[in-house]
Amino acid sequence: MTNDEHLSEYITAMVGGQMFGLPILSVQDVFVPDRLTRVPLSQPEIAGVLNLRGRIVTVIDMRSRLGLEGKAPDGQVMAIGVESRGESYGLLIDSVGEVLKLDDRARETSPINLDPRLARVCAGIHRLEGQLLVVLDVDRILDLGPASMAA
Amino acid sequence: MDDLLQEFVTETNESLDVVDVELVRFEQEPNNKKILDNIFRLVHTIKGTCGFLSLPRLEALAHAAETLMGKFRDGAPATGEAVTLILATIDRIKEILDALESKQHEPEGSDSDLISELERIVKQIAQPLSAPPPAQSQTIGTLTPQVLERPLRPGEVSLDELERAFRETEVDPSVAAVLTKPSKPAPRESAPARETGNNAPPKDEEAKSGSSQSIRVTVDTLEQLMTMVSELVLTRNQLLEIVRRHEDSEFKGPLQRLSNVTAELQEGVMKTRMQPIGNAWQKLPRIVRDLANELGKEIDLEMHGAETELDRQVLDLIKDPLTHMVRNSADHGLESPADRRAAGKPARGRIRLSAYHEGGQIVIEISDDGRGLNTSRIKSKAIAQGLVSADEAEKLSEAQIHKFIFAPGFSTATQITNVSGRGVGMDVVRNNIDQIGGTIDVKSVAGMGASFTIKIPLTLAIVSALIVEAAGDRFAIPQLSVKELVRARGNSENRIERIKNTAVLRLRDKLLPLARLTKVLGLEPADAGEKDDGFIVVVQVGTQTFGIVVDGVFHTEEIVVKPMSSKLRNISVFSGNTILGDGSVIMIIDPNGIAQSIGSTVSTQVAAANEAETDTKRETDRMTSLLVFRAGSAQAKAVPLGLITRLEEIDARKIELSNGRHMVQYRNHLMPLIRMSDDVRVKGEGAQPLLVFSDGARSIALVVDEIVDIVEERLDIQVASENSGIIGSAVIRGQATEIIDVGHFLPAAFEDWFRQKDRSDAAKAKSVLLIDDSPFFRDMLTPVLQAAGYEVTSLGAAKDALAVLKAGRRFDVVITDIDMPEMDGFQFAEAVRSESSLKLVPIIALSSIVSPEALERGQQVGFHDYVAKFDRQGLIAALKEQADVGQAA
Repeated sequence: MTNDEHLSEYITAMVGGQMFGLPILSVQDVFVPDRLTRVPLSQPEIAGVLNLRGRIVTVIDMRSRLGLEGKAPDGQVMAIGVESRGESYGLLIDSVGEVLKLDDRARETSPINLDPRLARVCAGIHRLEGQLLVVLDVDRILDLGPASMAA
Repeated sequence: MDDLLQEFVTETNESLDVVDVELVRFEQEPNNKKILDNIFRLVHTIKGTCGFLSLPRLEALAHAAETLMGKFRDGAPATGEAVTLILATIDRIKEILDALESKQHEPEGSDSDLISELERIVKQIAQPLSAPPPAQSQTIGTLTPQVLERPLRPGEVSLDELERAFRETEVDPSVAAVLTKPSKPAPRESAPARETGNNAPPKDEEAKSGSSQSIRVTVDTLEQLMTMVSELVLTRNQLLEIVRRHEDSEFKGPLQRLSNVTAELQEGVMKTRMQPIGNAWQKLPRIVRDLANELGKEIDLEMHGAETELDRQVLDLIKDPLTHMVRNSADHGLESPADRRAAGKPARGRIRLSAYHEGGQIVIEISDDGRGLNTSRIKSKAIAQGLVSADEAEKLSEAQIHKFIFAPGFSTATQITNVSGRGVGMDVVRNNIDQIGGTIDVKSVAGMGASFTIKIPLTLAIVSALIVEAAGDRFAIPQLSVKELVRARGNSENRIERIKNTAVLRLRDKLLPLARLTKVLGLEPADAGEKDDGFIVVVQVGTQTFGIVVDGVFHTEEIVVKPMSSKLRNISVFSGNTILGDGSVIMIIDPNGIAQSIGSTVSTQVAAANEAETDTKRETDRMTSLLVFRAGSAQAKAVPLGLITRLEEIDARKIELSNGRHMVQYRNHLMPLIRMSDDVRVKGEGAQPLLVFSDGARSIALVVDEIVDIVEERLDIQVASENSGIIGSAVIRGQATEIIDVGHFLPAAFEDWFRQKDRSDAAKAKSVLLIDDSPFFRDMLTPVLQAAGYEVTSLGAAKDALAVLKAGRRFDVVITDIDMPEMDGFQFAEAVRSESSLKLVPIIALSSIVSPEALERGQQVGFHDYVAKFDRQGLIAALKEQADVGQAA
């Protein structure tokens, strides 16, 4: 019981073979992106926009955002819906996994040699059995930097 | 919050808004019984409901106001003082309502100040025929909100019953009054209410409004509906897709019906979001009235186009800016009646509000007939705030100075009044309008008034858009800016021509710059072969017209514009995005952004400003399209694109030598080919590029080696040339480029080229007015004169020139053509001389033949000088002399 206050729930997602975790409280929904419209002249991280139940959702390609190599595997991709300042975003991932309850006290700070693109959005690391879970900070993912400066 | 209470607050607020408006009307038409009845009924309803819900403060106030109004109904004159007091009471009621909404109970406090005032006036005007109501103020002090709510809470009656009773209250006040009694902590108060409430007429009125044809729906519900409809559309499309695969499906018929119904449903739901702009104006008559009283001014408020609909979100956002601007007009804009009379204007000032749709834009104008903006004060303030240096400020036109009022923190009111001038001013207004992607502009004439124009484009509103295709994607172009659609084919009259890599379209004798949408958007595939077929959407942005080449054109569709995500807002070629009927998201093209991306900096605002003011400075500042080419030497040369009629590449073998001159057969005429100098070689074989100049039926072609590019540059000739045929040098794209003087070469081809008509030029040391009916020569002479350091305003008709002069614009020198339609140079000069104020303006006539007769006539009508058309030195010398004379005078 006493442990509960230290537990956080994460939705896990696979991107380029790496497991990531998003705080469940920041996630609105998980959906299959359909009819994605590309936006010419947008930043490379922006995969496009789509209509999700009447709302226009800006879809961010996590592979490109996290600086991961390679292309998404063929077949279905998924998107995790998040909201920020009244706007809806979709984070494009390869697949979505289970929901994990993890002890905050077990969370470690990210190693200093982490790829800077990853380090910028990383809120910590959890060591799970057989693999590492990179906890992502949604606000920092959405802070695409150059665009907001250009705007 | 209690549903019942919530509904009461909303409803009462609305009633009060109506009361506001009606009261102001009533003050103006004190004999209109209908208005009074209406007010009375509304206030009475409020009072009745308050009593029912145990809201003693509200009830007491409403009651006191009602009593006073009852006196009016009985025939007492409605004095300004009384109306002001009632309005103040209404305001207090609103305050309490606000608190009620947030705290769920009446705030503590006393209204005895207002109530005793109201009672005093009642006593004043009334013959003591009705006793003043018992002291409400006492009641207020003793009752705490908790106590008040108690009778409601225990639930002696079910909520349903309560609600039913509540509804009936609206319909019939007497029911309310009766119901009120048992539940009310201060029952005595209902007595006076009933006295008046039982009058027959208001009851009838109420019955009518109770059965009115509208219901209240929360915005959330509407949004929800909208979302659901979008989902429905998507599902329908999926169904349609499935049915398409099965040839003769029995679903086809029903599905078609479903499809139609869905479309109608979508449209219907979208309509619910629209509201008339009049809703945002509702409070203005009251505000203006109060201001007028406070400031001792007389003000008429005119409102036009209140029914113009716009998206409710936009409406919310412009409400405050509008109010602020009307306040400004009343406070700063309009003068006091005494000042107005002194200025020869009617004592009553006028503020005019109008709204209308213009294409996909909503235009709102706020104008007054007051003193106009104080240019000198704005200027000194701008300098003081460091927005502009004193030197620069001197060069700015009035309109440019006026725009400083939109700069952050700018307020010119030297005296801070209760009304405005508190440091928040037009910059805040502009901010709000910027937020919704709108523009605001101001026009002001000293002594005549100021006019603000707000244009709210696309964002959030529903607009009509043309859906086009580029690189397989669809885009929407707002119909507002679309002038026409042109189908270009390789061999038709409308074909895409190319100057190096710049595509142009020749459309009705004009060369139109083209932008390929795929290219602008960076969607061009790597192997982009330039196609000559395509649809060209001709768009106009301000005064600039250009063509957007697209791969396909689908149809027009009414779209609901949604703002771009903040991550995408930096892309200037898009103004927003939208969800199409089939559920997909597409981008909305901003023609303004496209214009900028193809190298023009002519923004709509600048263009509008140019239209509004025939401003010399701006005209010289304007960007010129220049064609850059090489001929004879490696140095780049350029000529204004506007002068060129056509660009041709002809087979060099078709060039004939006749009489020592190169000629080519062109459109059934012999066209002479001109070489700029002997260094230019006419090719013996291959394709020979030519620049064709035409005037009427005549054409000549300038032989060039290579056409390099088309650029938009400010034509700033820095080094004048001694060489004939070269006006001077300018820096174009970082390269020194010779600007050639087409005029020099034309007589080489036709000796009588300039003899057909007399042409005139006006040059001033500071400013020159040039009048010539031929656009060709206007375009040609302008750079010549600019090269000599003059600012040139050119006009195509003597009549227009006369109008400009009569309107008070002054030029150092006027140059006029002689042979012009309607009014020729001689007549023009006579007309100018007959104006006493214009007597001294020097006029130079230009003519290719200087005959003794013409000279004599010229002297009679008052030409100061007579210069042969292509005596450039002579013209410049004459200009210099006359301008000096003019300035001395």
